[in-house]
Amino acid sequence: MKIALLGNPNTGKSSIFNMLTGMRQHVGNFPGVTVDKKFGIVRVGDEDHTIIDFPGTYSLYPRSKDEHVVYDVLSDKNHVDYPDLAIVVIDQSNLKRNLFLFTQIYDLKIPTVLVLNMSDISARKGIQIDINSLNKTFPSALIVSTTAKIGLGKERLIKAIQEVIDKSCENYFLENACICPIDDQNCQEKEADKRYEIINELITKVQSFSNIQEKESTHAIALDRILVHPVFGYLIFAFVLMVIFQFIFAFAAYPMDFIDSSFAQMSGFLSASLPSGVFADLLTQGIIPGIGGVVVFIPQIALLFFFLAILEESGYLARVVFIMDRIMRPLGLNGKSVVPLLSSAACAIPGIMATRTIADWKERMITILVAPIISCSARIPVFTLLISLVIPKQKIFGLLSLQGLVLFSLYALGVVSALLVAAVLKFLIKSKEKGYLLLELPTFKSPIWKNVGLTVLFKIRVFVTDAGKVILAISIILWMLATYGPINRMAAAEKNIKKQAVQKHWTIQETNQKLASIKLENSYIGIMGKSIQPIIAPLGYDWKIGISLITSFAAREVFVGSLATIYSVNSEENGNMRLIDRMRSEKRADGKPVYSLASGVSLMVFYVYAMQCMATLAVVKRETKSWIWPLIQIGFMGILAYLGALITFNLLG
Amino acid sequence: MPKLSSILPGTIVVVREISDSGLRPKLMEMGVIIGQQLTVLFKAPFGDPIAVDVNGYLLSLRLDEAALIQVDVIEKIIPV
Repeated sequence: MKIALLGNPNTGKSSIFNMLTGMRQHVGNFPGVTVDKKFGIVRVGDEDHTIIDFPGTYSLYPRSKDEHVVYDVLSDKNHVDYPDLAIVVIDQSNLKRNLFLFTQIYDLKIPTVLVLNMSDISARKGIQIDINSLNKTFPSALIVSTTAKIGLGKERLIKAIQEVIDKSCENYFLENACICPIDDQNCQEKEADKRYEIINELITKVQSFSNIQEKESTHAIALDRILVHPVFGYLIFAFVLMVIFQFIFAFAAYPMDFIDSSFAQMSGFLSASLPSGVFADLLTQGIIPGIGGVVVFIPQIALLFFFLAILEESGYLARVVFIMDRIMRPLGLNGKSVVPLLSSAACAIPGIMATRTIADWKERMITILVAPIISCSARIPVFTLLISLVIPKQKIFGLLSLQGLVLFSLYALGVVSALLVAAVLKFLIKSKEKGYLLLELPTFKSPIWKNVGLTVLFKIRVFVTDAGKVILAISIILWMLATYGPINRMAAAEKNIKKQAVQKHWTIQETNQKLASIKLENSYIGIMGKSIQPIIAPLGYDWKIGISLITSFAAREVFVGSLATIYSVNSEENGNMRLIDRMRSEKRADGKPVYSLASGVSLMVFYVYAMQCMATLAVVKRETKSWIWPLIQIGFMGILAYLGALITFNLLG
Repeated sequence: MPKLSSILPGTIVVVREISDSGLRPKLMEMGVIIGQQLTVLFKAPFGDPIAVDVNGYLLSLRLDEAALIQVDVIEKIIPV
């Protein structure tokens, strides 16, 4: 049996879903559309049934892309996802508006269970509902009262699912009701008028108030006044962001380092214990580091979604949208873009995954496209290496460090560019829907920890299973290209190094470093790096930088390691000092240093813009469900990087 | 008839007319129907968007969305 779970936003629908399915949740696709289908398994009696958690909506008629699936499925009896039974979740404290969607579903004449949820909030607001009299109006449905937040009412709900299936569904709420065509606004308005007319009448019979209502709403409004205050509102938001940012940026580093070293140890252990050969190399240098490259993002994703789920569940996120909407609107962004963009300053991966909350398709696309331009933590190793290489250690006005100022400028360049690109994309991306706000500011409530935990787990699972595959595949391909080359060429280069080693009495370590360097130089990536030299020469780069640019497509910080390999220095020793010394002595054919102020800053600007991160690419593909958007993103970010670097090099050169 | 966008916070109004636009059915479905009483509660820092109580829930609208709704002022309550 297929069960559809429906309801307005903010009704505790996901609590009901979590209560019924627990950990048995999955994600798939609705046929033909790019909306995630979240479904789970619920056990009724001794049978398992599929329950689909539809996007929260105020009516059957869609106003956004996500809501479209509700109409697509429910207006077509032959649709593969057309339900045998519907569960409609209602916020008891807001009966009138919630009943609107319910009466629409009721008139579909499929067995329906009406769940009156959030009895705690309605009690707080002093609202009483006469369930018996409500039942008389909807004889075909069964009505269940729950407080899903504390898991109350699960048994009752399951029993109702069992019983309602045998009820006759001949009764209707609105006489001669039928589903309007999707573009017939007139029909939909008439339907809304008629439904509300009957609902208004019904409400007077089934709903009553006690006098505590006034006091409660006064408190809530006072809290809202502070949260949307022109000064305190932004201060509170800045504080909240700072806390989130601190956690993602600083505290995620510990588990990430642990994951990094664990995978390195695993590789080391296996390469020591396995017989050497292609298979062992593939496993220890390709697959294990590739999986490590997926797992390493989990701490940041978990932390961001932990906080984001709390913000959303508590009702605060809607207030953020409320105070940021006017500021973000001219840029084609939404108030909800703020959190994804700011968390992109730590890492674009969780940032892009967090754009889910943006209902408007165009605003969401723009946010996804510009998020990776904001400088993330993976750029820091590249920036600090280049800064200490070409920016002199001196103070301006006797107190500001010039190096620090350059780092700050690079971050500022990222933020400003992201916003400017957004403003441009606003005109380039066409959308049939006109952006609107019409947002419910939900009642404040304490977050439900089970929902928070399940959200975090769900996000991690989606990332690992969907984006993880792409990341693993690309990292194996990159590893192969960097390890293998034309056989004769590789063999000749290797022989040459071994001969030199004997002549010049190199130590084993020296020999191995030279070998790694020469292998990379002659691998397929090495050949690619050399062949792009004419293209990157105008930016001030040589082929060695070219190779590092290509390898760091995996992730930006790989740039540093690649250079260390090419210059055959051990970057582990004395931090980056030896690498910096080595790079400083690197000369061009005309005797000038390769890393001058011009070429160094040009490289930094290149890394501000270039989409050098396969994991981001994989996540954009996952979230947009198409390769077109990540490819467009690589394209325009690449052009920005190239032009930015070219201009910089010529200005400073 | 004044538009909802011009109403100061702390005012109770009643909806008289909604201009024809793609947003009208959405507004109606969310409970903003002719004859519905609304209370303008507060505004965002730049005066836009505004937050309105619709039958017990808080709805935020941009000013250009609120401008679609023509209202009659019922009474001005003292801001809380």
